[in-house]
Amino acid sequence: MDARAEQKYNLDVVRWFAVMAVVYLVVGASVGVYIASELAWPVLNFDSPYLSFGRLRPVHTNAVIFAFGGCTLMATAFYSVQRTCGVRLWSDKMAWFTFWGWNLVIVLAVITLPLGLTQSKEYAELEWPIDILIAVVWLSYLFNFVMTLATRKSSHIYVSNWFFLSMMIMITYLHVVNSLAIPVSLFKSYSIFAGVQDAMIQWWWGHNAVGFYLTAGFLGIMYYFVPKQANRPVYSYRLSVIHFWALSFGYVWLGAHHLQYTALPDWTGSLGAAISLAMIIPSWGGALNGMMTLSGAWDKLRTDYVLRFMIMSLAFYAMSTFEGPVMAIKTVNALSHYTDWTVGHVHSGALGWVAMVGIGALYHLVTRCFHTEMYSVKLINLHFWAATIGAVIYVVSMWVSGIMQGLMWRAYDDYGTLAYTFAESVEAMHPYYAMRAVGGGIFLFGAAIMLFNVVMTVRKSFAEGRVEQARTATLTTVTA
Amino acid sequence: MSENTESKGLQNWVETNVWALVLLTAIVVSVGGIVEIVPLFYMKSTLEHNKFPEIVWDGVGKKPLSEWKAGDGIRPNRPLEVAGRDVYIREGCYLCHSQMIRPFRDEHERYGHYSLASESMFDHPFQWGSKRTGPDLARVGGKYSDVWHRKHLRAPRSVVPESVMPNYPWLDENLVDPEEIESNMRGLAMVGVPYTEADFAAALEETKGKTEMDAVVAYLQVLGTMAKLDDSKAYRE
Repeated sequence: MDARAEQKYNLDVVRWFAVMAVVYLVVGASVGVYIASELAWPVLNFDSPYLSFGRLRPVHTNAVIFAFGGCTLMATAFYSVQRTCGVRLWSDKMAWFTFWGWNLVIVLAVITLPLGLTQSKEYAELEWPIDILIAVVWLSYLFNFVMTLATRKSSHIYVSNWFFLSMMIMITYLHVVNSLAIPVSLFKSYSIFAGVQDAMIQWWWGHNAVGFYLTAGFLGIMYYFVPKQANRPVYSYRLSVIHFWALSFGYVWLGAHHLQYTALPDWTGSLGAAISLAMIIPSWGGALNGMMTLSGAWDKLRTDYVLRFMIMSLAFYAMSTFEGPVMAIKTVNALSHYTDWTVGHVHSGALGWVAMVGIGALYHLVTRCFHTEMYSVKLINLHFWAATIGAVIYVVSMWVSGIMQGLMWRAYDDYGTLAYTFAESVEAMHPYYAMRAVGGGIFLFGAAIMLFNVVMTVRKSFAEGRVEQARTATLTTVTA
Repeated sequence: MSENTESKGLQNWVETNVWALVLLTAIVVSVGGIVEIVPLFYMKSTLEHNKFPEIVWDGVGKKPLSEWKAGDGIRPNRPLEVAGRDVYIREGCYLCHSQMIRPFRDEHERYGHYSLASESMFDHPFQWGSKRTGPDLARVGGKYSDVWHRKHLRAPRSVVPESVMPNYPWLDENLVDPEEIESNMRGLAMVGVPYTEADFAAALEETKGKTEMDAVVAYLQVLGTMAKLDDSKAYRE
């Protein structure tokens, strides 16, 4: 029990962000498994507008990215900024405003998206009133974070905070510019951009939602929680400096690789592809930096399941940051674009990297903030294997279906005519879509186990009055 | 690891001064976007009609849309097509159907001439899509009959047994609201789509009594048919 931390820092807001993140992981993954099943068995659309794939898919993406990812980022950033700066959050009230505001955004998303209220920009579907709310809540998160850094007790700003900060600034730019629209009613607006410029702005947003929200932010998590869980310092300070600046500068350019061979001018797509290739270097540098933090302490992997999640996440991170640049190469992109390969790539990053490192950090946070051990270590291990096996099945089935689709679309027969109709390629996907749903289902099973484990841990903590004890304990040592 | 972990120079400054870190990061992350996006608004080569003006209808912004005839060139959507496009967006069609044909032999044979940037110049927001769970729709206009589209939208597997598309039976039941379409067109005009007063008036007339099914079919049937493209011309490098 860390009474000093409880009294010095605001762990309350961290606790509830962490618990909500676990809840949203289950919600987001459930919707994901459902829509994956719709593609395998379209009868599941039930002829209902509110359950149809086109309306539920944004519910899935928003739930996993902004609900699970957002709550994870807010819990971890608010926790680690206090610990690394040695001060309490600048404003408790503003932190709670961020908590309730963000959860309101999520509730509004879950209501409006199935109703078909959408701006039709991927991962930025929410209509303009919610966009304004997001901007306000996001700025409260950013402002509180920066002010906490400004009041820090440590002389230097620790590396995890650079990554969190970079993510917060870039997401502000992206969200504001990409969402610029003229409202025609309370629930409908039209983007001020059109056609080719709109496409470039959308994918500047789209790839940097991945590059900053799901990468830079989660690297902030890695730089704090991996060393903490392993009880070792970060492997290389210099590598982290290079990693940070190269990633912050470089990632921004990649969006154009989503539009190769389209009506986007060739120079833009090629520029995006060239920088994408160069991004292997900082990405692998970062993955190496995380993994080598364990050097000399590899034996911990045998007993520490939380650390297992983190190291597996770095393996997936290294794999998908290699795959990404390969897919940005024009000849590969010509095959992979528009296919399930992209979906597989996204999920190797999302399930393997983002979710796993986030889950590791959340387990760490739950024990620290509820001042107790996890209810069951065995269940963490079960979760680890379900998450890993589920992610692998998902990704492999999408690799196979994606490459198969790409090859079928461009196949010619001996007479020089197209070998397959489009419908034949759809039919060929069925077994892989079913397999994907199974992989996702296994991953979801793991997430449900986690929710159960966390709920039981929280109940245990409350039953034993742990938080209350930590709050009221008399501190015996003089605090710094 | 035995390395010198003392920060120096600029790095030391940003590590010890949060405002410097905020400022430098804000500058560093803005470069890529500015370089890739801003020129697209200024370079004439971005939109093909700057070099090939004949692909855009010469009546755009001057004549009412009702005077446009097939093959006259690219124009803004007519009221019923606007209504159909709104439904297309609402139902998330763009999540499974692209509207962007790439310049490959197989795509030419399957879908037709590669898409031009000018063809989506009035598209707020763009509908290029990113995934083909279903086929590309950039030039689906005129490929199937209206009757086929209606059947297909109501129950896709009745005409394409392999399809995994949802049924859209509610499109037949919902009526288009003419006043809403007129107001939406005024919104589109505010973001730069050159509608005339005659087009707003036509919105009330042309969408009266129409179902969302009528609207979607009208939208699908015009896709990719506005400009007559010449295979012998290189519209893009």
